[in-house]
Amino acid sequence: MEKPQGSGDAYWRATLGLLTTVLIIWFVVSFGFGIILQPMLDSIHLGGYPLGFWFAQQGSIYIFVALIFFYAARMGQIDRDHDVHED
Amino acid sequence: MDLKTMTYIVVGATFALYLGIAFWARAGSTGEFYVAGGGVHPIANGMATGADWMSAASFISMAGLIAYNGYGASLFLMGWTGGYVLLAMLLAPYLRKFGKFTVPEFIGDRFYSNGARIVAVICLILASITYVIGQMKGVGVAFSRFLEVEYDTGLYIGMALVFFYATLGGMKGITYTQIAQYVVLIFAYTIPAIFISMNLTGNPLPQLGLGSTMSDGSGMTLLAKLNLVVTELGFKEYTTQTMAGRLDMFVYTLSLMIGTAGLPHVIVRFFTVPKVKDARSSAGWALVFIAILYTTAPAVGAMARLNLHETIQTGEIGSPEGNLSYEARPQWFKNWEKTGLLQFEDKNGDGRIQYYNDKNPEMAAKAESFGWKGNEMVKVDRDIIVLANPEIANLPDWVIALVAAGGLAAALSTAAGLLLAISSAISHDLLKGVFMKGISEKAELRAGRISMAGAIVVAGYLGLNPPGFAAGTVAIAFGLAAASIFPALMLGIFYKRMNKEGAIAGMIAGISVTMLYVFQHKGILFIKGTEFLGDLGPNWFLGIQPNAFGAIGALVNFAVAIMVAKMTTEPPQHIQDLVESIRTPRGAGGAQAH
Repeated sequence: MEKPQGSGDAYWRATLGLLTTVLIIWFVVSFGFGIILQPMLDSIHLGGYPLGFWFAQQGSIYIFVALIFFYAARMGQIDRDHDVHED
Repeated sequence: MDLKTMTYIVVGATFALYLGIAFWARAGSTGEFYVAGGGVHPIANGMATGADWMSAASFISMAGLIAYNGYGASLFLMGWTGGYVLLAMLLAPYLRKFGKFTVPEFIGDRFYSNGARIVAVICLILASITYVIGQMKGVGVAFSRFLEVEYDTGLYIGMALVFFYATLGGMKGITYTQIAQYVVLIFAYTIPAIFISMNLTGNPLPQLGLGSTMSDGSGMTLLAKLNLVVTELGFKEYTTQTMAGRLDMFVYTLSLMIGTAGLPHVIVRFFTVPKVKDARSSAGWALVFIAILYTTAPAVGAMARLNLHETIQTGEIGSPEGNLSYEARPQWFKNWEKTGLLQFEDKNGDGRIQYYNDKNPEMAAKAESFGWKGNEMVKVDRDIIVLANPEIANLPDWVIALVAAGGLAAALSTAAGLLLAISSAISHDLLKGVFMKGISEKAELRAGRISMAGAIVVAGYLGLNPPGFAAGTVAIAFGLAAASIFPALMLGIFYKRMNKEGAIAGMIAGISVTMLYVFQHKGILFIKGTEFLGDLGPNWFLGIQPNAFGAIGALVNFAVAIMVAKMTTEPPQHIQDLVESIRTPRGAGGAQAH
C-alpha cells in the first residue's frame, strides 16, 4: 500500500471543505426549500408552479445534477493542485 | 391490427433486441466480464446505471404515487435523486480507488474481519430481496395487463422470465443491454407524456406543461385546475397535501437518499469505471439520465389524475347526468377490470360511476344529499396509472404497446442487477471468501445460480402478498440499506479510527432497529397477521411511517458504531494506511479482475 504523495492533510482539508459546501446547497434546495420552507415559498409563483412545490418536484433535481458536475470539476482541480491526480 | 397483437410485436421486438445485444457483447468480451465497464465511456456507463437504477418502482409506481399524493410524493422524487449527490461525493470515488468488486469485500477488508463481511452480506441480502419483491409486483402488474390474465398468473410468468433473463443476460455484457433498455424505457415514458402535455396545455415539454395554463379555455393553470377538481370531490388539495406530515416527509426523503447511496447493485457500477475521476462524473451522467424520467413523472402523475377524474365526472358534481354511465365506460376501464386491479361497485344502483372521497365527512354528507352511497371505485390500484395513462388519454395503440415494453424493461433490468448482487454476495463473499476458500470457479458459478433461483422464489412468494405498492415495498429496501451499509462505508472512509467492533455493532444495531420497526407494523417478514402493533398512524414513532424509518436506523448505526469504536482498540496501522491511500486518487489500478 503506497503512501499518498503531496501534502496529504491539506488535500484532505480542501476535499472536506468542498464536500461541506456542496452538502449545504444539497440540503438547502431539497430539505430547506422543498420541505421546510415550502408553505412560505408557495405564495411565490414560477409560471403556473407554486415555488416550494417546484423546488420539491423539479428544481431540486436540476440542482442535484449541477452539483455533481460542479463537484467533479472542482475535485479535479484540487487533485491537480495537490499533485495527487491520476496520470 | 388490434392492441394485443401490437403489444406482442413491440414487446417481442424489444426482447429480441436485448437478447441479440447480450449475445453480441458476450462474443466480443469473453473472459472480460468483470472489466466490461472498464472500456465504457462515463456517459454510456451513466446510461446503463440509469436503466439499472430505474426500476418498476420508478417507471410503473412513482407517477401513480404522485397522482394520489401530490406534493407529498415529492419525497420519492428528491429522495431517489438526491442520493446520487451523496454517492458521487462520499462513496463512489473512494470505493473505486479501493478497487474491489463487491460491497461486503470492502467492508471485510477495511474492518479486517470476516465477521464484518458476513454481517454485510446479510444486510445486503435483506435489502436486495425486499427490493426484488417490489420489482416482482411491478412485473406482475405489467404482465397481467399485457396478457390479460389475473395478477397472480402474471407474477408467475414474470418470475420465470426474470430467472431466464438474469441467468443468461445478467451474466454477459449487461452494460450494453442496459443501454438499450434505457432507450426503450425513456421513450416509452416520455412519448405519452409529451402527447398528453400537448393535449392539455399545448406545451410539448411535460416539465413546462405542468406549470402552464390549460388549453381548454378556462384560463386556469393546470395545477390550479387539478386542485379545484380534487377538492370538489373531497380529496386533499394536490399541491399541498402530505402523506403523513412534514416531519415524516423530511425523514422519509433522507432515508431514501441515504439508501440510494447504500444499495449494493448501484455502488458496484462505479467499481469498474476506468478512473477515480470517471467515478465522480459517471454519477453525474447517471443522474442526468435519471432526471429525464424523474422530472417528467410529476407531469405524468398530475395529468393522469386530472384525466381520470374528468373521464368519470363528466358534468357538474351532484347533477344526475354528471357522472359517467357504467355502460358507457371506455375500453381501458374494461381491460383493467379484468386484471382485478380496478374495481367498480354500483352502491346506489343508478348505473353511473361516482368517484369521490367518502372518508371526508363534509363530502360524505354532501354526497348523501346527491343520493350517492359511497365511493364506487372500490379499487384503483396506484400501480396501474402509468400503464393505463396512454389509454385514458386515447393515444394510438403503438404508444400503449411501447409503454408495456418500457415497464418490462425497467423491471427486468433492475431485477437482474439485484439478483446478480445477491448471488455474488452468496457465491463470492460467503462461499469463496469465507466458508469454502478452495471452491472452484465452476462450483462458485453453480452456487450463484442456485442462490439466484432461491431469491426469485422467495421474492415471488412475498410478491403474491406484497406489503404495499411497489414503490412502498422498495422504500423499505432503501431503509434497510440506509440503516446498515451506507454508515459502514462512510465511516470506513471518513473516520480512520473506526474499527471492526464499532462497524459490526453499528450495522447490527441499525438494521435491527429498522427491521423491528417495519415488522412490528407490517408483520414479521411482511406476513399479514403477525404484526404486533397495528399499521396505523397513532402507533408510529413521532408519526414516522415504517417506510421512512431507515434514516433513524442510520443514525442509530452511526451513534452505536462511534461509541463502540471509542471504547475499543484502534485499528492496526496497515488499516489506517489503507484509509489514507483510498482518500487520494493517484495509484488507482485498472479495474481489477479477480
